[in-house]
Amino acid sequence: MIPKTASRAEGETLLAAFLQAGAVPVETDLLQPAETLLDLYGEDIRARAYVTQDPARGEMMLRPDFTVPVVQAHMSHGAEPARYAYLGEVFRKQDRASGKASEYLQVGYEVFDRSAPEGADAEVFALFRDLLAGLALRPVTGDIGILMAAVRGLETTERRKAALLRHVWRPMRFKALLDRFSGRAPVPAGRIRLLERLAAGSPLDLIAEAGTFVGLRSAEEITARAEALVADADTPPIRATEAALLYDLLNLEAPAAAALAHLRGITPMLPAIGPAVDRFAARLAALAARGVDVSTLAFEASHGRTALEYYDGFVFSFLGPKDMPPVASGGRYDALTAVLGAGAFIPAVGGVIRPELVARLKGAT
Amino acid sequence: MIRIGVPSKGRLMQDCFDWFGAHGVVMRRDGADREYSGVIEGVEGVVPVLLSAAEIPRELASGRIHLGVTGSDLVREQLGEDEVAEVSKLGFGQADLIIAVPNVWIDVETVDDLDAAAAGFRAAHGHRLRIATKYHRLVREFLQRHGVADYQLVDSQGATEGTVKNGTAEAIADITSSGETLRANHLRVLSDGLIHQSEAVLWASRVAEWTGEDRKVMERLVGMLGVRPPL
Repeated sequence: MIPKTASRAEGETLLAAFLQAGAVPVETDLLQPAETLLDLYGEDIRARAYVTQDPARGEMMLRPDFTVPVVQAHMSHGAEPARYAYLGEVFRKQDRASGKASEYLQVGYEVFDRSAPEGADAEVFALFRDLLAGLALRPVTGDIGILMAAVRGLETTERRKAALLRHVWRPMRFKALLDRFSGRAPVPAGRIRLLERLAAGSPLDLIAEAGTFVGLRSAEEITARAEALVADADTPPIRATEAALLYDLLNLEAPAAAALAHLRGITPMLPAIGPAVDRFAARLAALAARGVDVSTLAFEASHGRTALEYYDGFVFSFLGPKDMPPVASGGRYDALTAVLGAGAFIPAVGGVIRPELVARLKGAT
Repeated sequence: MIRIGVPSKGRLMQDCFDWFGAHGVVMRRDGADREYSGVIEGVEGVVPVLLSAAEIPRELASGRIHLGVTGSDLVREQLGEDEVAEVSKLGFGQADLIIAVPNVWIDVETVDDLDAAAAGFRAAHGHRLRIATKYHRLVREFLQRHGVADYQLVDSQGATEGTVKNGTAEAIADITSSGETLRANHLRVLSDGLIHQSEAVLWASRVAEWTGEDRKVMERLVGMLGVRPPL
C-alpha cells in the first residue's frame, strides 16, 4: 500500500506541472447534484457512485468524476480559451471482491479551445506522456468520432442511425442493432409477433381494444412508434459491403500511422468518414510535431467505448501492469459541453492521472 | 449452536416447517400463539430464530444467524455472493420478478422495445421514463445487461401496480405470482421481461462464526436434509 501522503505528494507534483503548462487551478464540490449525473449517465451510475440524501438539496452524489463540474464551471463563467487543472478525491463503488480502491485522487488537465482541436488533443497527450515518462506505460489511443461519422454516413434511415448512435458507448447493444439492421441476425420472435399484431388494425383501434388507457405516454407517441416500426420492417437491410466496412472499423487495431493508411483506403467506400479521417491525420501530424512516434503508437477504433463515458473524438489511456487500472486516461468531449452548456458549446479535451498508481510504480522501480 | 432464521408467520412459515419436517427435522412455534419463539426436534445443536422473511437477509449478512430461509429475490437484491451461499432451493414460495408496461403500449413487446420507447419518451417529455420498483439492484443490473438507457428507477415499496395509473411511473418491475393484479391494473408483462425467478431458499451465512462444533452439527444436518455442504 502506498501511504496517502505519498499519493498526495505525487498529485501535488503533477498539479504543479499542469499549472506550469498554463492551467488555472480549479476546485469543485465533493457533493454533486445527482440529477445532473443521472441525466447524463443514466441509472447505471448508481451502481458506481455513492448517493446520499440531503433534506434541502435532494439526492447528492459524492464526486465520481471531475469533468462534469469543471465543464459546468467553465460554461457558466469561463473565459476562452481556457486551461484548467485540479487535484482531489473521486469516489467509486467497487465490487467487494475486486480489491479496487473506492476513494482515490485524480489530478487532471482540461483544455477548452475553439481554435485548433487536433493541436489541443496533441498538447494534452504529449503533456501526459512527458509527465509519465520512465514508468514503462503503454499508451493506447482511439477516435470515437470516426465511428460516429461512419454511422451517420450509412445508407439507411435516420431512425436506424439514431438508434446506433444512441448506443455507441454500449458495444454489445450496438453490435446487436447493427447485426439486425444489416440482416446478419434474424428478426427476433418478439418483433415478428409485434408486427403481426400491428398488422391487425390501425394503431388507434388496437389501443382502444387494449382496454383502459393508463400512463403518461400518449396515444400519439404510441401510434408514432407503431407506424415507425411498420415502416422499419419494410426498410431494406444496410448493404452487406457497407456493413462489412463498419464491422471492419469496429475491430480496427493497428499502429496509428498504419491505421490512418487503412482508413484512407476505405474512405472512398465510406465517404462520410472523410472529414473525421482528415482530423485523425491532422492529429497524427500534431502528435508527430510533439515528438510522438505515430508509427508505433497503438490505435484501437473501439477504445473508450465503455459505459459511463462521454468521449466523442480522440481518446487515450496510459496502461501499466495488467492488474492495475489505467494510470491515466482522457479524451475529447465536445458534445458534453453542449449538453451541460444550455445552448452554449465549446470543443474540449482533457484527461486525468491517478497519482497513487504513479507513486506505486515509482516505488517499484 | 447453529442459529437458523425461519419465517415467523403465514404460508412461508408453514411450507418451511413442512420441508424441514419431511427430512426429519421437526420445527414448531413454541409457547403462546403470538410469541415468536420456536423449537427444533430431531437434531441437536440447532436453534430456530423466528424472523420476518424480509429481515432474514440482513441477519445473514451480519452473521447473527448461520442459516436462514427466505426468498432468493430478497437475498439477490440485498447481498453479494461473498456474504451468503445457497444451500438448497426449497421448491416453494415461487414468484417472478418481471417488468410490465401498460397494455395499451401496442408498440412494446420486448425489453428492446422498452428501450426504444424510453428514448422517445425522454425526447417528448423531457425526463427519463420512470420504472417503479423496490428491487433497484436486480432491475438495474437486468436493464444494464440488456443495454437499456433513458430510464429511471423510482422507489415503490407497495401497491406498485397502481403507480402507472396514478401517474408516478410509466412502467413497473415487481414480483407477481399469477398476473391477476397486473391485468386488473391494465398492465402486461414484456415477453422477455423476466428478471428473476424467485423461490424460497435455504442460505448459509459466510459471515457468521462457524465453530468446530457448529461444523459437526452442520454435517449431520446436511446429511439429514440431503443437501450439498455449503461452505
